[in-house]
Parts: sequence; C-alpha cells; structure tokens
Amino acid sequence: MSNNPSGQPDSGDSGEQSWPEYLSSRESRGMPRSGEGSGESEGYGPPRRVIGTPPPATARTMLAGHGGDGGGETPRELPADPPDLVKAKKAERVVAACFLLATLAGLGFLVAYGLIGVGSVRDAQHSNLWLGGTLSVVLLLLGAGAVIWVRNVMPPVEQTEQRHPLRSSNADRAAFKETFEEGTETSQFVKRPLIRRTLIAATVPLAVAPVVLLRDMGPLPGTSLAHTAWRKGRRLVVYGTGRPITPAEFSTPGAIISVAPEGFQNDDDAMAKAAVIIIKFRPGELGAPTVMPWTVDDIVAYSKICTHVGCPAALYEQTTHHILCPCHQSTFDAAHGAKVLFGPATRPLPQLPMGLDSQGFLIATSDFHEPVGPSYWERS
Amino acid sequence: MSWITARRRHWAAGYVVVAFVLVLIGGGYAIATSGSAAASSPTAANAAEIAQGRNLFVQNCATCHGLYAEGVNGQAPSLIGVGAAAVDFQVSTGRMPAAEIGAENVRKPPHLTPVQTHAVAAYIQSLGGGPPIPSAAQVSSVGANVGLGQQLFVANCAACHNFVGAGGALTYGKFAPPLTASTPTQIYEAMLTGPEAMPAFNDLTITPQEKRDIIGYVTNVRALPNPGGFSLGRVGPVTEGLVAFLGLLLFLVLAALWITAKHGKAHE
Amino acid sequence: MSVERALESTGNWLDDRLHGARGVRVLLRKIFPDHWSFLLGEIVLYSFIILLLTGTFLTLWFQPSMTDVIYHGSYIPLRGVRMSEAYQSTLHISFDVRGGLLIRQIHHWAADLFMAGIFAHMIRVFFTGAYRKPREINWLIGIVLLTLGLLEGLFGYSLPDDLLSGAGLRILEGVIQSIPIVGSYLAFFLFGGPFPGHLIIPRLYILHVLLIPGLILALVSVHLFLMFHQKHTQMPGKGRTNENVVGAPTYPYFAAKTGAFFFFVFGVLALAGTFVQINAIWLYGPFNPVAMSAGSQPDFYMGMLEGALRVMPAWQWVFFGHTFAFNVFIPALVPLGLVFTLAAIWPFLEQWITGDRREHHVNDRPRNAPTRTALGIAVITFYGILWAEGANDLLADFFNVPLYWITWAARVAVFVGPVIAYIITKRVCLGLQVKDNRLLEHGVETGIIRQLPGGEFIEETRPVDEEVLARLVARTDYPALPAAETAETEVPPSKMRGGLGRVRERLYKVVTETAPAAQPNGHGNGHGPGRGIEGNGHGHTAVSAGAGSVQDGESGEGDQH
Repeated sequence: MSNNPSGQPDSGDSGEQSWPEYLSSRESRGMPRSGEGSGESEGYGPPRRVIGTPPPATARTMLAGHGGDGGGETPRELPADPPDLVKAKKAERVVAACFLLATLAGLGFLVAYGLIGVGSVRDAQHSNLWLGGTLSVVLLLLGAGAVIWVRNVMPPVEQTEQRHPLRSSNADRAAFKETFEEGTETSQFVKRPLIRRTLIAATVPLAVAPVVLLRDMGPLPGTSLAHTAWRKGRRLVVYGTGRPITPAEFSTPGAIISVAPEGFQNDDDAMAKAAVIIIKFRPGELGAPTVMPWTVDDIVAYSKICTHVGCPAALYEQTTHHILCPCHQSTFDAAHGAKVLFGPATRPLPQLPMGLDSQGFLIATSDFHEPVGPSYWERS
Repeated sequence: MSWITARRRHWAAGYVVVAFVLVLIGGGYAIATSGSAAASSPTAANAAEIAQGRNLFVQNCATCHGLYAEGVNGQAPSLIGVGAAAVDFQVSTGRMPAAEIGAENVRKPPHLTPVQTHAVAAYIQSLGGGPPIPSAAQVSSVGANVGLGQQLFVANCAACHNFVGAGGALTYGKFAPPLTASTPTQIYEAMLTGPEAMPAFNDLTITPQEKRDIIGYVTNVRALPNPGGFSLGRVGPVTEGLVAFLGLLLFLVLAALWITAKHGKAHE
Repeated sequence: MSVERALESTGNWLDDRLHGARGVRVLLRKIFPDHWSFLLGEIVLYSFIILLLTGTFLTLWFQPSMTDVIYHGSYIPLRGVRMSEAYQSTLHISFDVRGGLLIRQIHHWAADLFMAGIFAHMIRVFFTGAYRKPREINWLIGIVLLTLGLLEGLFGYSLPDDLLSGAGLRILEGVIQSIPIVGSYLAFFLFGGPFPGHLIIPRLYILHVLLIPGLILALVSVHLFLMFHQKHTQMPGKGRTNENVVGAPTYPYFAAKTGAFFFFVFGVLALAGTFVQINAIWLYGPFNPVAMSAGSQPDFYMGMLEGALRVMPAWQWVFFGHTFAFNVFIPALVPLGLVFTLAAIWPFLEQWITGDRREHHVNDRPRNAPTRTALGIAVITFYGILWAEGANDLLADFFNVPLYWITWAARVAVFVGPVIAYIITKRVCLGLQVKDNRLLEHGVETGIIRQLPGGEFIEETRPVDEEVLARLVARTDYPALPAAETAETEVPPSKMRGGLGRVRERLYKVVTETAPAAQPNGHGNGHGPGRGIEGNGHGHTAVSAGAGSVQDGESGEGDQH
C-alpha cells in the first residue's frame, strides 16, 4: 500500500494506517548508520491503547534512538565519557577557569559602562578601551573555553553517514511529471490560448508599472551639466573666507588658492561644478593653449573639478606647474591650458574667463565655455 | 684730574668712545634678545648679526647658492628677495644645507643653531627684502577659529598633505612631507614662502589670522589622541584593509586550525 | 530541571504543533566533516550576524539626513563647521554615546572581515573544486552574495557623509555619468538631481539597512539550506568516499565548535574595535565638494575598481557630438565584469570541457587540479595587481618610488603578471604531484642508513601511514573524451564536431593535465610491493591496508613517470 519509491524496506509499524508509512516514504534522508537495522517504528499519532494496559508488542520492536513507550534498550551511538577521565578533569578545570574569567570580564564591562563617561576625545578613548577590552576578553574566553571543552572534555568521535544520490528515482520523476502534466491539463492553460495570451498581456503593463513609478526619482539632466553658477560679473572669492581678490593681493608667483563664486560658498550643489583654482605665474610662463585674454596679470583660473570622474584637483606643484588630482593621478599642465600630461583624464581643465570689475576685484566675464567635470554622453 | 680726563684729547679718544658705545648697545641687545630669538621683531637685526650671517652663509651655503646668493644655474636658486622667513624655514627644518643637489630636501636635524639660523636669515633679508620671520604672537593659535582652519586646510592643503597632515606623494619622486614635527613658525613660514614645490599663500590671500586658524587646526588635530586605538598612520582604508587580512583573517584561520586539529580525535 | 523533563514538557509542546521529532533528530545526528578551511564560510556568516546586531544599535542614533547644520558638539576641532546631520550624528555616536565608538568600529571591522572572509571562502571553494555538481547553484548564489556585499559595504561607509566617502560618491557619480546614452539620466535619478543633492544619503540608507540586508539574509538562508540538504563536501582521507560523510554529529560536537568559532569571530572583532582605529571620520572632516585629500582610497574590497580607474590610460572617443568615455567606463565595468563572469560560468565551462557530469562530494587537493589552480592564481594575480595600483600614491610615498613608475608598472603587469603566475603555478602543482608520487612509491625516509654487502649505503624508508596514504592517492579521474579527429569515413561524436569540438579537445588536454598517478606495486624493476593502491576509475580511490615493506634500496633508475 505504501509507495516507498526510495527503495528502503517498509518500516515496521503499528499497521493500522498508511499515513505514517506515507510520511516515512517521503523521508529518504538521514538513513541509519551502515550495519544497523533499517527502519524505525512509527510512534506517530495518538496512543492506541488505554492508559494502564501494556503497550502492544510491536511498539517495542524499535531500534536506534526512539524513546517510545516502554521501549527496549537502544544501543548508544555516542560514548558517554572520554577515555581518560583524569585528563578530562584537568581540562574541565581549565574550561571552568576560562568561563569564570569571562564572567568577571563581563561584570567589568557593566561596571565600566557605568563608571566611564564620554563627551570628549580623551573620554571616548578611555571608554572604548575599557568597554572593548572587557568585551573582547569575555568573547575570546568563551570561545577558548568552548574549544577546550570540545577537544578535551567531550569524548572523541568519528562517525560516518551515507549520502544518497541527489537525483530522484526514475519512478519519482515519472510521478512528478504525471502530476504536473495532469495539473496543467486540468487548468486548461495550454488548451485555451485565449486565456493564456490575455493573461500574459495583462501582466506586461503591471510589470512595467514599478519601473515607471521610479521616474520621479530625479529630474532630467537637460543641459544643466553644461552650466555652472559662474556668470558675467560674478566676483571670485576665497573659498572658506569669502573675501574678494585683487591682483595686487594675489601677487606672489607660484601662489594658488581655491575660489568660489560670490554668494555660493555654502551651496554644495553649485560648488560641485563651480569650484575654481586661480594660480599666479611669472611673466612669460603662461603659454598656449591657455587663453591669454581670459587671464589677468598672469593669474589664470581653471575649474577645480577634475575631468576624469569629478574629484577636486587641488594638488599644485609650483616648480613644475603640474596640477595633480589625488584621486587617480591625472596630471594637468597649468602653464599651458591645463592640458593633460598623464593619467586617465582625457580633457584639460576648463579655463574660466576672468576680468576686473570697477573696483579692481577679479570677476568672471562669463560662464565656462565648455562643460566642467567628468565626460558624459551628450558632451561633444 | 682723572686719568681719563687727562687723555680726552688723545687722537684715538673719539674712536674709543664710539667703539665703547657700540659694544654697549650691541652687547646689551644680544643679552636682551638671546633667550627669545623668535619672539622679538625680526627686523631688528643689526649689523653684527648680518655680518655673522654673512660668514655662516659663505661657509655653508655659498658653494651652491653663489658667493652673493645670486644662485647657480641648474644647482641652486637665487636667494635675493626670498626673505628671512624662507631661510628660517629651510634651515630650521634641517633641509638646508641640502644633502645633495636636485633631490627633494627632507627634514633632518638642523645644521645650524637657532641663533646662527637667524643670523643667516638676517643676512639674506638684507640682500633684497622678502617676508620676515613671523613673531611668536603671529603664529600663536590661542583663540584660533579651528573650524575655519579645517575648512581652509582641506580645501587647499590636504590634497598634498592628507586630511590631517600625514603627507602624500607628488610627481617624479617628490612628496609632501608629514606635518607631525613642524613648529607653528615653520608652518607659517612654509605657507608664506612656498618652499620647493609647495605653492605660496601670501598674507593678503590667507591673512595672518587665517594662517593662525590653519596652524591651530594642524597642531590641534595632530595632538589628539586616537580614541579608537592604534591609528595605523592615519592614512585610512589601505592600512585598515591590510589589518583585516593579515590580522583578523589570519587569527581566525589559526583559531580554525586549533578547533579542527586532530589531537584527541577518534579512531573507528 | 533535568534534560528528560525539559524534553517532555517543552519538547512535547512544540512537537505537538510542529511535528518535529524526526526531522530535528536528523539534524541532531547530521555529520559535519572537519577541516579548518570549512570554517571560512562561518567567518562570513558570523560577521554578518554581528553586522546585523551592531548595525541595529547604530540605527538608534544615526540620522540619514543631508540637512546642513553647524556643529557645536564634543569634537572641538570641528566646532563651527558646516556639516550634514548624518555626519553630525556619526560624531555624536563616536563621542557622546557610551559604547558608540566601540560598536561603530566593530561594525566597520565586521564589514571588512565579511568581505575578506568571502574572498577566502570563495578561493577555498574554487581551489578544492567544491563548486562542482551538485553545488553549482550555491556557487552562483555566492557570487551574487559577493556583489551584494560589495554594494552593501560601499553604501554603508558612505552613510556618514565624510570627506573620504563623499569623494567616493563623487567618483561613483562620475562613473555612472560616463555610461553611454543613459549615463547622465541614471546619475540624476540616483542622486535626485545634480551632485551632491540632498537625497543620496537617505536613499543609500534604506538600501543599506533594509533592502540589501534582506536580500543577503534570504540568499544566505538558501545557501545554508542547500549546504545542509546536499551535505557538506569533505577533504580526501581515510574512509572518506564519494558516497559518505565522515565527521562528528552536529549535537553536541559541531554545535559546540561552531558556537566557539562564533565567539572567536566576535572576540577578534571586539579586539580590533578596541585597539585598532578604523574609519576615523572626525579626522577626515565633513564632505564638501571643494576639498580633497592625498591618499584617498575606498575600503579594500573596492580597491580593484579604484586601481582599474588609476591604471587606465586616457582614452576617449568623440563621435558625432557624443563622448564615449572609455577611460572611465572600461575600468569600471570590464575587469570586475570579466572576473565575475568567468567565475560564474566556470563550473559549467569546466563541465563542458571535461565532460565530467558526475556528483563530486570529495574535494580535490589544489595540486591535483593544476590547470584549475593555475587559472585561479592567475585571476587572483590580475585582481591583486589592480588592487595594489589602487594604493599607488601611498606605495609611492612609503617605498620612495616615483608615482608614475608604479602606474606604468601596473599597466604592464596587469597583462604579464597573470600569464607568469599561471605558468609558475602550473609547474609548482605538477612538481608537488611528482613529489607525492615519489612519496607513495618510495616511502618516507626514516634517516636510518644501512650498508649493503657490496659496500653501498642506502637509506631505509617506511611506507606512508594510512591517513596520509588516503590523501595522497585521492584524485579525480576525468572521464575520457572521444576523439574529435577521426578517420575519413567516420563521423565524430556529436559533442566533438566541428571547430568547437576541436577546441574542446584541446582545452580538455590542458584542463586535465596532471602528473600521472603513482604506479601500484612500484615500477618496472623490482621495487617493493608498493602500497596496494587500487584505482577503480571513480571520483575517488578506495584504500586498502597498504602494508608495504621497507625498500630494498634500488635507486629507481629507469622509471618512467
């Protein structure tokens, strides 16, 4: 009556119903050790006897591992004690010592938490040291104690378990195939293409809907990547202090400073494209392709945003006139239009056209003439 | 009549008086300023100091920089107009006299004493002016706006020197040195004069107060304890990753070896 | 309460509702094989659990907001500085919450260990061939977990919005922007506008604390379930065959050992969190798009991408008003894409080449699969060179080497290095196999010298003991492939036809190249009885008692190997 396709012998059972057999036939894993008897009693379901009467004989014929009602002696699979009890005792003491120390350390953690406050760098250092130190001790000692316990107090054991091919038997596969095909046929899904096709059609817009819902995650870039906050007449101010700059002040050859458009210092979105560096050269040092009409008094302005992937390129060597971006070492020649000398950047740093306003401060005479920062598809 | 009055019309009497007064003033000045070489105004160098500086210059610097600091092409630049601050920086950090021509000069134990350094600086200052040595008050970061200092530092300095001044690589074998040993005066002077490849930040672009703010940030942060433990050089994730692999993972592999070792294992 | 009473009261209560007795018993007795390298996956698992625990703690104080504030807190050097709330809350956790700095550091160390563990575990699985049938699904799940881990770590360390990780986000934005056609749209969608915007941190936050951990949790559960269901592999050894598992039962042995290892993982992370500072964001300062530091690197597991970006020459193509920024999207997509794709298809590629579609439950020793090992080392070399290039400025500073030289060296080494590594590794593996054969055939040297009647001195050897013998003889015997070249009148078998068939044949020869197996019963000229080695052509060799006698001193000339 039971299907038992796993090929195992029928397990002995109370014989009254096929349900426990059916269940056992589904469990083809966890087979008993080779050499032991196969099969186990089905102690499943409500007891079949009235309380007080002795259990049926069949309930007592099981072997490995099952408690059962009044079952016989089950042979041990694991030894109860290690072979050398003296060594085990010593190891036990070591383990206990580990755990005791761990307890103390744990209490230390609680005390340290209560006693040591934070609120400054030094206090944080002390707190970290004591809390972390005690915690480390607790955890490592627990680990060490557990390992010594397993290795020296528990009896050593090596057992073998059988594997079974993962492939289901052919009969199982056939049965699956049959059931699945039956279900498919009954569902009429294959036989009625109208239902099938309209169902698929209905799911398509539904599947697209979540993607469409993401549309408002951000605005379209439009042309915004090509423009910055620089405008004609906007003053250059020292980033951080906000002071406008005159060429007479910024007069030391080899000087460099990071500048922002006036009023935009604290606007990170603007500064991510509008950050600029100005560099002072000696007469005659600047040359093509630097656009000389855009310079003032041998002061040249370049975008600080590296054209590779957008890090601020602020490292400047006044002896070599190299601007080096610290992220990926793109190197630009500041004396010659910030053209690329080395590294992965492909475009020179855009130059900002500069002039002077009526009070003698440096201003931009227009926005950059090309997009700043990393390349993108629409950039020609 | 005292003996001195009797000789008041000696032919050398005038010279003696002048010489005596000079020695008095010079010696008095030397005694008065000997304990605070950097504290007093640097422009009060006198002829004796300049002369001493000249001598020291000829002994230690002229072989590269030329007998009158005019520079030697391909060897050392002219020092006319660089100012006392630049000299003080280079000499007090031991960079000058340079160990060899051409390579980047690194900080090393200074060759000249502070007094001698000042003398050389005074001499160079006398040749063509330039930024003077800043006073102690000028470089003091008491009351500095450290927050502004941080902003200026990360915008202008960290690209070479790293977030907290741990140093970094430049091109062609040069490097930006760590700032751990720099005195406030040296930091000020370096910003002001732009030594070697470092650009210059004059007092009109970054005002003295802003320089003090930056100095305040640098000195403050480098003195901070590391609350999280060993800082691994304060350079960030590279050293941390090395510790993760060579420290943590290795430790755990050793623990795994211990746990699974064969000692006390079974026989079957 | 005694064990029996507990089982009867609580145990029965549960069993009445869950029908667990049989199933849980199976689990209790399940055998787990014991090898140190099998614990590498546990490092990953336990690091993940610790990440969940410490991460939850951090969420109680962290504010995922980019709103600007002026700082007036405990960390003096940043007072008066404008920063985001996210950064401020991280400073707060570090300096104003007891245990905050400790938990923050443990969290970050655990993330590093998680990724380091994944690499170690993945390498172990690869070199022992544990990805072979039936474990291909688990291998693929593992690669997905690796990818998720990379993203999770990247998003996690970007949350505090400090200068270092903010630079990383800027680079991410630049990379996305460079993608042809859709780049700028994707970048604007991710950041909710131009960089930096004010949406990226909250968005990364929800990815980092909810979506990706959920995915990882689900996949890890499937990963572990499959490992349970298929049973763990085992290393070759005495009594270990392809049809069994030898070890100790879960309860109490494996449970105790794995519990102990959990404490070790947690303990070592606590140790690191106490004594080694990590991600000191107060030193970096808050993010601002104008500032940058020398020596900026991402966390180590992103190092390969960083190195790829640095090593790439400046190469772009402007075509009809559009830019192909090869210098950016090639290093971002190609090296990692190559490595991951190769890893993902490798089990199937190997199956196709060798024709070996049997189940494999006994691991290979790396030396016994020389081509696989050599290929793995070559890929690791490729990865490692790009990784080192990611730290090129620190290397230049530390080792006093000019900066550009390192990049030039990396540009050459990234192609040459893996080839050299492959060749060397292959030779090393074959050499080790020959050494093993020699041990099998000649025995272990005892150090006892004897003089023969004829006057010569020989060293006595003894046979290897059983445990070692079992390990030495275990090899995968590949099934033979039918020939692709046949006589004029014959048709080659279907799988070997055409150009593809010839390619397959050639690859088969390369992939299955190994030193020949040790000969049973010594070799041709009368050596001792050998070790009783019997091969039976399966994926393992059965081992008999191998009781060879002491060598009679022949020097073994004229042997063929």
